[in-house]
Amino acid sequence: MIKDFEHFAPKTLKEALALLDKYQDDCKVICGGQSLLVLMRQGLVAPPYMVDIKGIAELSYIKDEKDGLKIGATTTHRAIEKSAIIKKKYPVLAKMETRLASIQTRNWGTIGGNVCHGDPAGDPMPVFIALNATLTMTGSKGKRSMPAEDFSLDYFETALGPGELLTEIALPVVPANTGTAYYKFNVIESDLATVSVAATVTLGTGDSCQDIRIALGASAPTPIRPKKAEAILKGKKITDALLAQAGEAAAAEADPISDIYASEEYRRELIKVLVPRLTKEAMANAKSK
Amino acid sequence: MKKELKFKVNGQPYDIFVKPKTLLSEVLRNDLGLTGTKRGCNSSSCGACTVMLNGMSVKSCSVLALQANGAEVVTVEGLAKGNKLSLLQRAFLDHGSYQCGFCTPGMLMSSTALLTENPKPNKEEIKEGIDGNICRCTGYNSIIRAITAVVKGEYKEAK
Repeated sequence: MIKDFEHFAPKTLKEALALLDKYQDDCKVICGGQSLLVLMRQGLVAPPYMVDIKGIAELSYIKDEKDGLKIGATTTHRAIEKSAIIKKKYPVLAKMETRLASIQTRNWGTIGGNVCHGDPAGDPMPVFIALNATLTMTGSKGKRSMPAEDFSLDYFETALGPGELLTEIALPVVPANTGTAYYKFNVIESDLATVSVAATVTLGTGDSCQDIRIALGASAPTPIRPKKAEAILKGKKITDALLAQAGEAAAAEADPISDIYASEEYRRELIKVLVPRLTKEAMANAKSK
Repeated sequence: MKKELKFKVNGQPYDIFVKPKTLLSEVLRNDLGLTGTKRGCNSSSCGACTVMLNGMSVKSCSVLALQANGAEVVTVEGLAKGNKLSLLQRAFLDHGSYQCGFCTPGMLMSSTALLTENPKPNKEEIKEGIDGNICRCTGYNSIIRAITAVVKGEYKEAK
């Protein structure tokens, strides 16, 4: 049963921030509520005050700018999935959305809500980390930004301070000769990831790996970059032997749990297999541009 | 404390007061008596509670009723015009797309939303369109056949 709460539906960012300042830790922000209401129903979250930002139109946008793409926090998953500009410039992001939960959930759920929920098995974060996204948070005293990879602190915990809202996700322009790929392994198509892997590769001369970013989902208390695995590949001519080595390294760097979906060992095995596979796919995407 | 909820359901305006924790599915079923919308898993997994909210399919068990303030909601009761069933409803009947019938309202709402957005989906797109709806009788093939028949133009609006 959901506990009673007082509900505020601000129409502007300014009104929302004033409410957050007033109620601080006693309030919880809800947007689409597709993840939060599940927790509230289980009694895991029971805030006395809810600040409902679903109606803040100024935070719902997809803007293609000179220095990259800007996505407002209350933009729905479905809007990202359908966006012509995202399909063209960041196809991996649109493709990721098609396997995120169901159409109904994507119609109402928002990208900012998903990111702030802080579930390490969420789909968007590994892709944002691989794409080198920057997240902007806004409070009544101003804005601050940080790389997507620094945003998650622990299971369901993020760097958001009380009084702050995630307002924008910025994706830099994709460098030349660069490709990204994402895959989540699970048994039921639209479920959360058992393990997910995103990789971005920038090819240098002679198809060497000039730069690489790998992100793992559902593999640790937060989405992580297996930096030892990246170091094995960076600056090298990619071979199957090197990829296998990187897969092993990533599996060792991960810190997965055992649950009803998979054991820790099984998750490490998935990482070992998926890191080489997604790196190859990212290389193929880089070449096809 | 209750808050005012003004919205339209199946074209009819409502002005009621609800507790903020009330879910859209609860308002539809308990306050408005529109029990066509089913409560299945109540956790956003099964799709039996699917309705259209401003033209988009949503799972009404996972939307706060107050988020529908000012919106237009269509439930399965709103698909027929008087005694005239919608094309999809007729096709579902003809193709035996009901077994126990519990998933049917949700399936109808998802397929209606699909055809509103994409009137000519292929089989893969039809499957994706009802991907968020579970039929525990596993009668998916007859449901897909019914939607396909409507897509192929085998059903016309009655005059």
